[in-house]
Amino acid sequence: MSLDIRVPIGLLFLCLGGLLTGFGIVTHFTNPGIYTMSLNVNINLWWGLVMIAFGAAMFYYGRRGVALAGTKPEAKDALAAGDLD
Amino acid sequence: MHTTLAWIDYLIMVIYFAFVLGIGFALKRFMKTSTDFFLSGRSIPAWVAGLAFISANLGAQEVIGMAASGAKYGISTAHFYWLGAIPAMVFVGLFMMPFYYGSRARSVPEYLRLRFDEKTRGLNAISFAVMTVMSSGISMYAMAKLIETLHIFDPLMQALGLPMSYVFHLSIIVSALITLGYVYLGGLTSAIYNEVLQFFLIVAGFFPLVALGLWNVGGWEGLVAKCPPGFGHAWKGMTNPDNNPLGVEWFALAMGLGFVLSFGYWCTDFLVVQRAMAADSMSSARRTPLIAAVPKMIFPFLVILPGLIAVALPTPTAADLPAGAPESVVKAESMGKGIIPAKVDSAGVVQVDTNGKPVLDYDLAIPNMLLHYFPTGMLGLGLTALLASFMSGMAGNITAFNTVWTFDIYQAYIKPQASDKHYLWMGHFATLFGTVISIAAAYVATKFNNIMELLQLVFAFVNAPLFATFALGMFWKRATADGAFYGLVSGIGAAALHHGLTLPGGSEPGIKGGWIHVLHPYRNEMAQNFWTAIWAFSVCLVVTIAVSLVTKPRPDKELQGLVYSLTKHDVDEHLPWYKSPGFFGIVVVLLSISLNLIFR
Repeated sequence: MSLDIRVPIGLLFLCLGGLLTGFGIVTHFTNPGIYTMSLNVNINLWWGLVMIAFGAAMFYYGRRGVALAGTKPEAKDALAAGDLD
Repeated sequence: MHTTLAWIDYLIMVIYFAFVLGIGFALKRFMKTSTDFFLSGRSIPAWVAGLAFISANLGAQEVIGMAASGAKYGISTAHFYWLGAIPAMVFVGLFMMPFYYGSRARSVPEYLRLRFDEKTRGLNAISFAVMTVMSSGISMYAMAKLIETLHIFDPLMQALGLPMSYVFHLSIIVSALITLGYVYLGGLTSAIYNEVLQFFLIVAGFFPLVALGLWNVGGWEGLVAKCPPGFGHAWKGMTNPDNNPLGVEWFALAMGLGFVLSFGYWCTDFLVVQRAMAADSMSSARRTPLIAAVPKMIFPFLVILPGLIAVALPTPTAADLPAGAPESVVKAESMGKGIIPAKVDSAGVVQVDTNGKPVLDYDLAIPNMLLHYFPTGMLGLGLTALLASFMSGMAGNITAFNTVWTFDIYQAYIKPQASDKHYLWMGHFATLFGTVISIAAAYVATKFNNIMELLQLVFAFVNAPLFATFALGMFWKRATADGAFYGLVSGIGAAALHHGLTLPGGSEPGIKGGWIHVLHPYRNEMAQNFWTAIWAFSVCLVVTIAVSLVTKPRPDKELQGLVYSLTKHDVDEHLPWYKSPGFFGIVVVLLSISLNLIFR
């Protein structure tokens, strides 16, 4: 299959992370009261940023993986093991 | 409960569902043969298969159920992972995968036919097919119930002008259509890819929840101090069933859960084994369960801890609830423990057990934690993660069902010599009617209030004796077809007999046991389940050996590649030692032992 699963995962996390970060920034000024329940942490903003970073890494490695498609199974095994983190 | 979801929460859900279906559409063009559809063309890299391996099992029963057990029994629930799943996963990777993958069987029942004969395969295929549609239906039911409780679809119902009582039906239909959509389009690959996506989403949704919760209660020390006694230990008091929250002694725990139930499930259940069979090479297939074991070890912190935190938090009193909350809610919350409310029937009356104590609705541990800590935005992500876990559970069952139906029932008994194109068509069709039967099962579930326990029981009946059959089949070449079949039948019979003669404390004879005569009472359902499994396994083992010894064995040359002593073992010699599955397996087992020691 020439669809690397890391590409859609990366895109989904970029989308959701971007959405949460944007919402976190806006609510920081307009409605900071909603964060009393999350112990006064702007969880939308911070977790959104973490999700963007994860999504970007997945997307990058996924695109690199597509470029390497067609290599021998052993070589792919080694790469996949190396990319586990 | 009283929530209001905002536009952003719905938007997150919609984006997620768009991706899920998008993956199905993107994979549709690759589904040309039955191997592509049912086995992903055996082309899945090890890490993808590994994450799918645990995610397919991460359905409603797992996420909701483990948090519920955490709230009920404390950290000893982690035995399901550290004592049960991990050693079993290492065993299936190192010792069983060479036969599953190497024999080129397309399913677990098919391996049984190769090793034994047609009747053993038939018995396994039919019981497995029934089990999968049942549990997919129960996932669907649990999801619809949750959507109803949390009022997720209420604004949609208002917009469509439909009465609120239709929420349940709409949830069932929408979730069935989405699962059907992506499995129908992209087969097993689509299910596996989505399981990996769901895995990351579940981690993303639950990690911040646990972090906030732990910080709130004062870390691990603070949590243990606020929980009921014994909740912070996994092994303390295990010498006697009366001294620990699980109500079992170490032998029943290690033998029943650690050995029989866990090995039975992880080594023989086609739902998970199918993910490893789809791997792109033998070494990937063997590494699939080993890679899966690493996140699995950490999962107790994501799914069990929310249950403990939910118990540790102060119980809301009537004064904490918003003005105008219905009286039943106020009564239920203030009679609960932590933020887990008491169960209320439809008339608003708090339910009590035979000792007069309120029955707690432990299944609400995770949903209540999400509502307690997550503001708008993150709440949408948390709920989406929860829905994703239900989807994983459903799709995993549907893909296992369509494969077993097509290869082990349809091809074996109904139409043996058809073209590959025909079986591919049948796979699509089986996906459709498997989903329809699941919907029916979801409605059957609404009639019973303890269908989850019934299903657990069926697992103990079917999987526990099956592990004895497999262990003997793979490691004892003298085991014969008749031995396997009669062993399996008597193992299932022994489970039924044990269940009919024992009863867990505080329950009436009937579905929970004791329907023949109560010979022995157990402390709780967990203890009874472990012993049912031990009996089923032991009887199957003894009968299989006895019958095998009096029946004619198969010649060695027919068993090559199917039995340990007649199979080459140097499959991984080309790998350096630090990359070999054996080394990886030892590391995983050592890590699991250290977790047991840390939380003893």
